[in-house]
Amino acid sequence: MPTFVYMTSCDGCGYCVDICPSDIMHIDSTTRRAYNIEPNMCWECYSCVKACPQHAIDCRGYADFAPLGHSVRVLREEEKGSISWKIKFRDGQEKDFVSPIRTEPWGSIKPPADYEAPSPEAMKSQQLAHEPDALHIEALPMLQPDRTSEGGH
Amino acid sequence: MFTSNPFAALSESIDPGVMQTYVVIMILLVVGGTLFDIWHKGSAAYFFRSWRKSRDTGTRRVGGGEMSALAVRTALSEGMTSAEFGPGRRRVAHLLTMYGFLAYVITTVIMVFWYPTPAAPTPAILPLLWVIGALLVCVGGYWFWFFIRVDVAAEGHTPLRAMRADLFILSLLSSSTLGLIWAGLQAMESSWTTVFLGLYLIATTVLFGSVPWSKFAHMFYKPAAALEKRVSEATGSRRNLPAPADKPEMFGSARERPRHY
Repeated sequence: MPTFVYMTSCDGCGYCVDICPSDIMHIDSTTRRAYNIEPNMCWECYSCVKACPQHAIDCRGYADFAPLGHSVRVLREEEKGSISWKIKFRDGQEKDFVSPIRTEPWGSIKPPADYEAPSPEAMKSQQLAHEPDALHIEALPMLQPDRTSEGGH
Repeated sequence: MFTSNPFAALSESIDPGVMQTYVVIMILLVVGGTLFDIWHKGSAAYFFRSWRKSRDTGTRRVGGGEMSALAVRTALSEGMTSAEFGPGRRRVAHLLTMYGFLAYVITTVIMVFWYPTPAAPTPAILPLLWVIGALLVCVGGYWFWFFIRVDVAAEGHTPLRAMRADLFILSLLSSSTLGLIWAGLQAMESSWTTVFLGLYLIATTVLFGSVPWSKFAHMFYKPAAALEKRVSEATGSRRNLPAPADKPEMFGSARERPRHY
């Protein structure tokens, strides 16, 4: 189910714009509130739903049954490390779920911008960023270009 | 410049009655524009429908006394300290702009109606507050405009890109900036005074006359929405949000760290 924004709750902070992996959460040019510009392209990852500090983002089915009383609401509590979901069905049934918000304590992961930019040599390396240290191993096997030939094995 | 009433000096060329009429027209434009906006967008109908839904789906009723307490708490928290924004630069910029705007508008009204000519000496604090208010609007507003706006900070657009949602902030910044320039030029008896007075009046008229098309009315809607949110928490409907989790010891940051590797 793609997401939509309650305009009266949104304050235009842009957290959803920042976090949307599909880049479909944008700011409306008339109201300066967030909106999902292309629900068909929504991955339904619910990152924006969970990130919204105002709880202004909900989910709806493609048939748009939210106006009939359905709702999918989420409460993120960083201090508890939990995320709670409340699913309300059209017939009045409710289901509640509580899950760990992530596997590491909130705020313990350094954002990418806080890392030093890699050197040009590191950019040419076969290893990904922070390998092998981040994998907690000493070394990774590497291809040896000087010992291979084009088309060879 | 900082302690002299610019409107008293202006009374030498423009009758104080004209200035007072202009201020009254601006107030009427805000009132009329807000009422039109409420009718046109159906904001009041939406607000009361949500209110009724919250009351009907809640687990308890909220009495008059509790409602008054919630209203006071909303005014103190979301209204006066912009608590909705949480900590951060958006809140600081909003508070600077909001209190600057209040000081700028209130001192304008007092100076125009109570001290309209040099014959009624203006207390130095009033023009000083007018200048400080306009400067605060400029600091908070330009900070927001150039660095905090989501279009710029998150979407990567140039700060010079404007859209209809910017009508309020742009006209507010224009009014404050041009007002300060006009007052300064008038104090220096510059020949550009009349030009900037005209620009100042245009910007101010756009600010107060564009309420149905701009975000001016957010200063009335947002406190109402904040009150509705508090009431929904008090009634237990919580806008369909889940109840706070009761498993902090299981899911909290004190739990054992995972061993993925």
